[in-house]
Amino acid sequence: MNALERDLELQLRRIAVEVRKDVLRMISIADSGHLGSSFSCVDILVYLYFHLMKVNPAEPDWMERDRFVLSKGHACPSLYAVLARKGYFEREELWNYRKLGSLLQGHPLYINTLGIDAPSGSLGMGAGISCGMAMALKSLSLDSKVFCLMGDGELQEGSCWEAFMTASHWKLDNLFFVIDRNGQQMEGHTEAIKALEPLKRKLESFGLVCFETDGHDFSLIDEAFAQASLAKGPPKAIIAHTKWGRGITLAENGGIPVKASLSRNEVTILLDELNRESMALSEEGR
Amino acid sequence: MTMETRSTREALGDALVELGGLDGDVVVIDADAASSTHVKAFADGFPDRYYNVGIAEQNMIEVASGMALVGKKPYATAFSSFLAGRAYDQIRCCVAMPNLNIKLIATHAGITVGEDGATHQMLEDVALMRVLPNMSVMVPADYWSARNMIISSLKSDKPLYVRLGRAEVPMFYSPRDEFAIGGGRIVREGKDVTIVACGIMLFEALKAADILARQEIEAEVIDCYSIKPLPEDLIQSSVRRTGCCVVAEEHNRIGGLCGAVAESLCVNYPVPVRFVAIDDRFGESGTPAELQEYYSIKFREIVGAVAQVWATRRR
Repeated sequence: MNALERDLELQLRRIAVEVRKDVLRMISIADSGHLGSSFSCVDILVYLYFHLMKVNPAEPDWMERDRFVLSKGHACPSLYAVLARKGYFEREELWNYRKLGSLLQGHPLYINTLGIDAPSGSLGMGAGISCGMAMALKSLSLDSKVFCLMGDGELQEGSCWEAFMTASHWKLDNLFFVIDRNGQQMEGHTEAIKALEPLKRKLESFGLVCFETDGHDFSLIDEAFAQASLAKGPPKAIIAHTKWGRGITLAENGGIPVKASLSRNEVTILLDELNRESMALSEEGR
Repeated sequence: MTMETRSTREALGDALVELGGLDGDVVVIDADAASSTHVKAFADGFPDRYYNVGIAEQNMIEVASGMALVGKKPYATAFSSFLAGRAYDQIRCCVAMPNLNIKLIATHAGITVGEDGATHQMLEDVALMRVLPNMSVMVPADYWSARNMIISSLKSDKPLYVRLGRAEVPMFYSPRDEFAIGGGRIVREGKDVTIVACGIMLFEALKAADILARQEIEAEVIDCYSIKPLPEDLIQSSVRRTGCCVVAEEHNRIGGLCGAVAESLCVNYPVPVRFVAIDDRFGESGTPAELQEYYSIKFREIVGAVAQVWATRRR
């Protein structure tokens, strides 16, 4: 990596830790929400919104923008925190997440929230919506891309595979499925509940060109997207290997339940760890 | 009646072709039933705006949703069992909740699908769709109402479910008649009883009215082609004159037009009401004519129901 890229990477890492802090605050104020699966996809979201995607917060409905579909809608705290940081709405709004009357619903409601391109919450639908978007964009001769972030457990929904067949049949090479492969679902490990592996071969056999990457390393994420973008013709899948609860050691080690309810003391301890990471990152830049 | 007959589904192909010419944003999403649903006419006329996603109704609704989110005006079409039933969660979350401009046109509804039997005889779709916020529900009675209703749906940018049938029915209306969302139409005036009907049951209601007239009971017959929003004022003003009501539809008596009219009347102007509809059962194989007899949704049952409500009418 050259110097500029190192700067960029450091910048993205700094944003990611700030996003994680906001997400932790949101979930702790709401006293509900999916901490671990929100944390596992923060780096992917930060990479997409602060580097790769063509968007304009000043003009959320800009026709030529890239589209983002959060198929794993329960991870919306991370998306909300990213959108606020991009300037789609005031950061103050984050503290109303999941509250009555809030713009920021427990799962993304398309009609309420600036920057949300598609509704989600019921699992397994984002991939199909993304296909429709990609088809429509192609028919309008726009070169906008569609990025669909999916959970791994969600792939147990059959509609995902209907969508992969559609994407492949229509050669939707403007469509990127990003799979947050954190290995966890509500009741345990994906491989124990209903195995997804060999996932890459499954996706490839459905006609997708598939890449694997470390979902927390920005330069590796960048490399995977760069390679994927070169493949003309088929739709792309990127399996991003991630850690559930990434950034909080206790969560990474399985010490926090899937739907967290945290005491104020616990939140302070968890926030301390993220604050230490923030400080370390600001040292790194000097 | 000696009118020419055609099925309401035949109107779908003709209406879509007209819509295709009217608006370049109209796209049709199909789940591999174009020959049966008559969507093939659109596919032939506008191949670049026709998408057959294969036998995958859930995917069809998701794709329609994605297209609407980019500004297209999708018409998603399939057999009613698989559109309203199979893809219900998709319709709820990807169409109704985000209140998108998507028109769901379901064919082969009701018992008169005939020989295909219970899986294909959708008797619950109006109830399923009616209970969704933001969703409008319409049931045309004949070819012209189906055709004009689908064409005028382009004026709305909200979700709409239109229910079409396979059976041949008289071409009752004229090509110039209009059918707005939320509307209904008095097709026969009368002062003694209000019969509210939709779909094929409109013709049974008219036959019943002829028989009742001979017994000196003048029935007012309303074609209630919009189930939601329900034309409440039209129904209420009729019932205020007649003091009693019979509702007739080719659907489970629970949750469809029967439910909608009963809910409205019991709140606004309670009168005796009887239903002529499917009595909370699934269908079975048979010819459409046999099935209408067997499931007791003929003019005879309407005449009987009228006798009951008329005897206890509100004066």
